This record gives sequence, structure tokens and C-alpha cells, in this order.
Amino acid sequence: MAYFKPNTEVADPLHANEAPEVTRARNDLAREPYVSNNRDHVWVGDRIAAVIQNPAPLWWWICLFIALGLAGLTGLGILYLITTGVGVWGENRAANWAWDITNFVFWIGIGHAGTMIAAILYLTRQRWATGINRAAEAMTIFAVMCAGIYPGIHVGRAWMAWYLAPIPNGNAIWPNFRSPLLWDVFAVSTYLSVSIMFWYVGLIPDAAAMRDRVTNKIGKYFYAVFCLGWRGSARQWANYEMCYLMLAGIATLLVITTCTVVSSDFSTSVIPGWHGTIFIPYFGVGAIYGGFCMLIILLVPIRQFYLLEDIITLRHIDLCCRFTLFMALLITYIYLMEFFIAYYGGSPNEFHTFFYDRIHGPYWLTWYAMIFANSLIVQAFWFKWVRRRPWLAFCIVLVPSVGMWLERYVIIVVSITRDYLPSSWGMFYPTWVDVLTFAGTFGVFFLCYLLFIRFLPVIAISEVRGAMPEANPHHAPVVIAHDAPEPAGSHSTEAPHA
Amino acid sequence: MPENSALIVPVGSGRPPEKLYAVACEFAGPAEVYHAAEKIRDQGFRWWDCYTPYFVHGLDRAMGQRKSFVPFFTLFGGLFGLVNGFGLVIITSVWVYPMDTQGKPYFALPGFVPILDLLMIILSAIMSIVGMTTLSLLPRLHHPLWEWDAFERATNDKFFVVIEANDPKFSEKNTPEFLKGLGGTNLTFIGDEP
Repeated sequence: MAYFKPNTEVADPLHANEAPEVTRARNDLAREPYVSNNRDHVWVGDRIAAVIQNPAPLWWWICLFIALGLAGLTGLGILYLITTGVGVWGENRAANWAWDITNFVFWIGIGHAGTMIAAILYLTRQRWATGINRAAEAMTIFAVMCAGIYPGIHVGRAWMAWYLAPIPNGNAIWPNFRSPLLWDVFAVSTYLSVSIMFWYVGLIPDAAAMRDRVTNKIGKYFYAVFCLGWRGSARQWANYEMCYLMLAGIATLLVITTCTVVSSDFSTSVIPGWHGTIFIPYFGVGAIYGGFCMLIILLVPIRQFYLLEDIITLRHIDLCCRFTLFMALLITYIYLMEFFIAYYGGSPNEFHTFFYDRIHGPYWLTWYAMIFANSLIVQAFWFKWVRRRPWLAFCIVLVPSVGMWLERYVIIVVSITRDYLPSSWGMFYPTWVDVLTFAGTFGVFFLCYLLFIRFLPVIAISEVRGAMPEANPHHAPVVIAHDAPEPAGSHSTEAPHA
Repeated sequence: MPENSALIVPVGSGRPPEKLYAVACEFAGPAEVYHAAEKIRDQGFRWWDCYTPYFVHGLDRAMGQRKSFVPFFTLFGGLFGLVNGFGLVIITSVWVYPMDTQGKPYFALPGFVPILDLLMIILSAIMSIVGMTTLSLLPRLHHPLWEWDAFERATNDKFFVVIEANDPKFSEKNTPEFLKGLGGTNLTFIGDEP
């Protein structure tokens, strides 16, 4: 692995008289740059725009058709469900909620990591995140879209879902604003809207850059309208940056609200295993964990196939892996704490749920699979050797991605099939409609994502440029970027897949 | 589209356009445009702007701008959402359609908090964007600068300074000289359609 070493051959008056071991230590401690291989800001713009301007590669078309086919399954599943009734799912009297809510929580959780990266890392001035925030925000939007399918269709009579909105209707009925399920409707729709706004505002300068780059007329019109006539004047930039800061603050508040509300669906009920105050941090941590796994799954192929390794650097993958590890530790703590609360809380039903049902009830296998996937596998990320190998990290995070779905399954189905009365216990078995509808949501997600990387800049061009050292007006250039020798193993600057 | 030679006239190559919009020049990098902006500010120009491909930190201060007003829009939107959300929730839950669920009180403020919070958030987000676009005079379908082919690089790798003709200190002769003295290149008169 080629690590970046600052160029020490350039005369540096500040450190002219220091001992060689001090120089070596200073170089070892130096931060890796956000954009590696001494690329300049022109290269950054050209390379990101090349993803859009070059013809779509073959793999993109293949993936698009696979995703399209998969997405069709969701469409057919929904059509069958609406025309027939919710009985086509495996839900029964014990398991009133099953895969629909599991999938909803799974997808909404993936969305949260995108906001976490784009908003919280922006507020905390983690400028390395400029390289991945656009990809993460897009992930948020498409994941929330997939999540939003389920509350819409699990109401039974999907054509009456509009009754959830507080609008005057013929029956003079108004929604119950004290219900966590209504909070959910508000939270998800607000989350989707604000995520789209945040993403759109981030895209405005880049769409303007694309407007000035593309040569075909349709593309020019599309980007010209999309960017609202952005010119990049300093007065616009000042308002823009302030707006982005405001939206980042709003999105941070919103992501906490949304995971709180989603967890309230469960924690405000009295089902043992759901009725816990730990649910709010539990869902927040789980969401960010699952989302970081999905982000690594998306970033590793993108950086490889579109030759973006100098912008989405190994350091970005490394930091994502560290976040994943941190979240894995937190979630493991919460798994253990749930058992402690069940033991210490003194409720026999709660005790039974955890110490019997979870670990040797009928669903014991899912619990052990969950612990293996979410708590153990990711411990490999303690090693830099693993974190710096993107495809290895890619393979590793596939496991907790499944594990996070299992976690929601354990919370929802395992708890609800065994509540207070043994006479109302039961089992849940998914039907083919359950399975195909869920499989199809991956098609919807990847279909949207593939279209996004084809038509909009997958990396925030202006933000990456603004975070580069030469963007600082007080920056004294030490290394000349333009004619630096090409490091061995790096890609040349000609257009990818041309 | 080819450049309209009646509107775009390089300085020193003929008469300026009939209806002059501005004189524009190019700078190579953020440091150059930053130092030029400080000097233009000190000259007391008001109708002028810098165009950069990315946000240059401190450039707004170097131009003598005040802090952006967008946060006031955000605050207004948040308060508007909160107050109206409060009205919506209270009026429907307490008077219009009181519903007895699980013995909860009709006026259950803790139960209303998530809804109020979310309505506050969405309105403040919308108003932030409305504020940003309004204060930046967007959306905009046309601008005189877009007639100039060189300006296409303003979103890519060039930095521009534009001093408008309706600035009280603007003069067709001295302002281009002044910009040239600051290190500006490719000095050009930009015309507006009459």
C-alpha cells in the first residue's frame, strides 16, 4: 500500500535546522491529504465530470437491467398485495407486524448514516467527508424512499393512506396526533423532504459546473434548470454556505428526531422486548451502523470502477471502517445492556423474553446469527491492514448488513410472537410475496443509485475543491501539483473507460 | 452559440457595447482574487462581485460583505412551523375532533412534541432555501455574463472579478486600468441587451 509522504525535498525554512529523526516523526504524523497523489483541483473536476460525460460502461447497463428486474418484483408484490389484501403476507394474529416493519426500519436506518456523514461531519468540520458526502446523501434519499414504501402499503387499504395527512376530508376525521404511528408518518415524510432539499442544495454549484461542461443541448438545458442559474458569485456563495450550514443543523436535529420517532413505534407499546427506554439510542446506533456498512458497499465499487481512488481515498475507506467498528462496539454494549435491564428490571415477562426467547426460544438461531454478524465479524477492523483493503472491507461489511436486518427481525418478530399470554403465542413464516417484495426494494434502491451516478456528480466537486489546500487564499504552495511525478500504480489522467 | 461581438468587447479592441453592463477580468487563483477584492473594497466600489468555482474562505469579508441573512429566514420558518403546527394540533385534537384513545388527555403536550418538532424542522428547511435563493437572486434564466464564452470557466478553474457599470465609481476608462493594475487579465466589456 502506498501511503502518502509529504515531499521533504522542498526547501522549508521553518524546519531547516531540525534533526532528521524529528523530520521523520513529523512526516509520519502528518495527515494524509483529502485528495491523494498531488492532484490539483482541475483534475478533480475533470475526473468527477468524466463519470457523467463518458459513455456509460457495460457494467452499468448490466447492473441497471438487473436492478430494473428486481424493482419490478416490488411493483408486482405491491400490486398483488393491494388487489388481494394483506393476507398475502405471512402476518398472523400473533405476529401483527413482521417483515413490513422490519424492512421499513432496516431501510430507514441505512438512510440515517447518510445524514450523519453529510450533516454531522459537516458541522464538526470533518472536511475529509467532502469526498463521500454526496454519495452518502443520495444513499439516504433512496433508502428512505424504499422505507417509505412499507408504511404506505401495510395500512391494509392503501388507497386510504391519505387519511394519515392532516387535511380536511369528507368524513371530518382528523388524525390522532398523540399516536407514535402518526409521528412516524410525519417523521419519514419530513426526513425524505429535508434530505432531498439538503442534497439538492449541495448539488446546485456542481450542476452549474456540469452545465458549463456538457456539450449536448439536452444536457445543458437539464443542468441549467437544475442549478437555478447559479453563477458562483461570492455574494451567492456566502448565502449558499450559510444555507448549507443551516440545513446541516436542521438535518442533524431531524435525524435524531426520526430515529427517536421510529423507535417510539415500539418503545411506547407494552410488548416485552419493546417497552424500553434504551430503544432511542439503540435505533440511532443501529441505523448509523447499517448505513455505514451500506456506504462502504457503495463506495468501494464506485471508486474502483470510475477510477476515483484519489478522491475517495483509502483514508476515506479506513475512516468509514473505523466508524463501523465504533458503532459495532456501541451496539454490542446495547445488546448486553438489554439483558442487564431485563435482569435488573424485575419484570418476569421481560426476563423471559431475553433469557429464554432470545437465546433459546424458537428463533434462537437468528439471535446468534445477529451477534455473530454485528458484534464479532467487524472486530477485524481493529487492524489497519484490513481497513486499508477496500474489497476485503467490502466483503466484511456484507455480513453486518445482513446482521442489521436480522437485528430488526429479532426485535420485532421475536418479541411480538411471544407476549404475555402463552395462549396468544405463535410463529411467523414469510410468504413468497414478503420475500419478493423485500428483494425488490434492493432493485429500487440500486436502480435509483445507478441513475444518480450516471446523471449527477457522484462527488461534490466544489466541496472537494474547497477543502483542498490550494483553495485557501493564504496557502503558500510548497509542492507544485501540476508536474509532480506520477506515483507508481496510480491511474493516468486520461478519461476512464474511453 | 457563438459569442455576440456586439455585447462582448475585449478592452482596447474597439468601442464598448452600447448598453454597458460591466467590465470583467480574470484571475488565476483564489489568492489573487482575494487580494484584488481587498483593494477593490478599499476603493469604495459597491456594485461588483467575484466569481469563483468554489467557496473561497474569507472572500466575503475581503469584499466587505456583511454576514448572510439566511439564518433569519431559517428562524422565521421554524417559528412559523412551530406556531402553526401548534394551532393545527390543538384545534383538531381538542376542539374539532377530540378522540378518546387509551384515556389520554385531549391536550397532551408531550405527545404533540414530535409533530411540532417535525413541522418546525420542515418549515425552517424550506425557508432556508427560499432565503438562499431570494438573497442570491435565483432562479435566473439569463445573465449578461453568460454571453461571454470565457465565463464558462468560472465554475471550473478561473476566478473572475466583475465591476458593474451602474456603480457610482465606475468609469469606462479608469476601471479597466485599475483592474489591470490589480493583475487581472482578459479584460472585457460586457454589454447588456438594450
